[in-house]
Amino acid sequence: MTAERVAEFAAATGTPWTEGDPAPVTFPIVVAFAAMQELMVDPEVGIELHHVVHGEQRFGYERPVQVGDRLAARLTVDSLRQIGGADIIGTSSAVTDADGELVCTAKAVLVHKAAG
Amino acid sequence: MPLAEGTELPTHTYRVTRADLVRYAGASGDRNPIHWSDRVATSVGLPGVIAHGMYTLALAARAVDAWAGAPGRVRELGAKFTRPVVVPDDDEGAEVTVAGTVKKVEDTGAGSLVTVAMTVTSGDDKVLGAPTARFLAGPESGAESGAESGAESGDRVG
Repeated sequence: MTAERVAEFAAATGTPWTEGDPAPVTFPIVVAFAAMQELMVDPEVGIELHHVVHGEQRFGYERPVQVGDRLAARLTVDSLRQIGGADIIGTSSAVTDADGELVCTAKAVLVHKAAG
Repeated sequence: MPLAEGTELPTHTYRVTRADLVRYAGASGDRNPIHWSDRVATSVGLPGVIAHGMYTLALAARAVDAWAGAPGRVRELGAKFTRPVVVPDDDEGAEVTVAGTVKKVEDTGAGSLVTVAMTVTSGDDKVLGAPTARFLAGPESGAESGAESGAESGDRVG
């Protein structure tokens, strides 16, 4: 996580940030979202992004993200339900640092409404 | 202001424009066209371009940081995205207001863990469902005076 990347996220969300500060609270969504996108583009899953609504998001932090962290996210599908033609996908992403230590857990509920 | 159960925290108001959403799409990697294209947004039944739910949650996080008094204190943050924040294609955009009440203060080995229940609105709509945060209080927590309430209104303009 470079200073430029964190600074751009902070600027986009209007979060006061100077070098040396921890990354903004919701910054781990960057790696969690990348993991969610991989799930969505999986041809076996067959989801189109603009038919997906982000239903819910929760973060639990072990520590704040710092510039220089090398973060990875491992996404698990926790639950899958169908309600009224929509797929409700419960996911949790474990965001870990270069040592494999947990930094943050990001839980997302994605709602996929099929076209038509 | 010491943080205790029932403390009403200063309300913060933020503004979000289409330009912010485009910038956030780049910064976050979420380039879903419902956040920048009216054509795509209306094709899926939305009234128009809407803010990323995560953009609204990031605004709530700014308020939590202000209440905590320093960055890096938040241990939990979450909400349901219940109503969209519709962002018109003009210079004013939409306003998002974040209010909070202290629900619980627990002593832990690492300090006081403060649970805050928020109310996040845009216009007359509550846009987040049960938005909640927990942060570890420090010496600066709660120092923000009530008089600053709303001071950030419009700080995103321009």
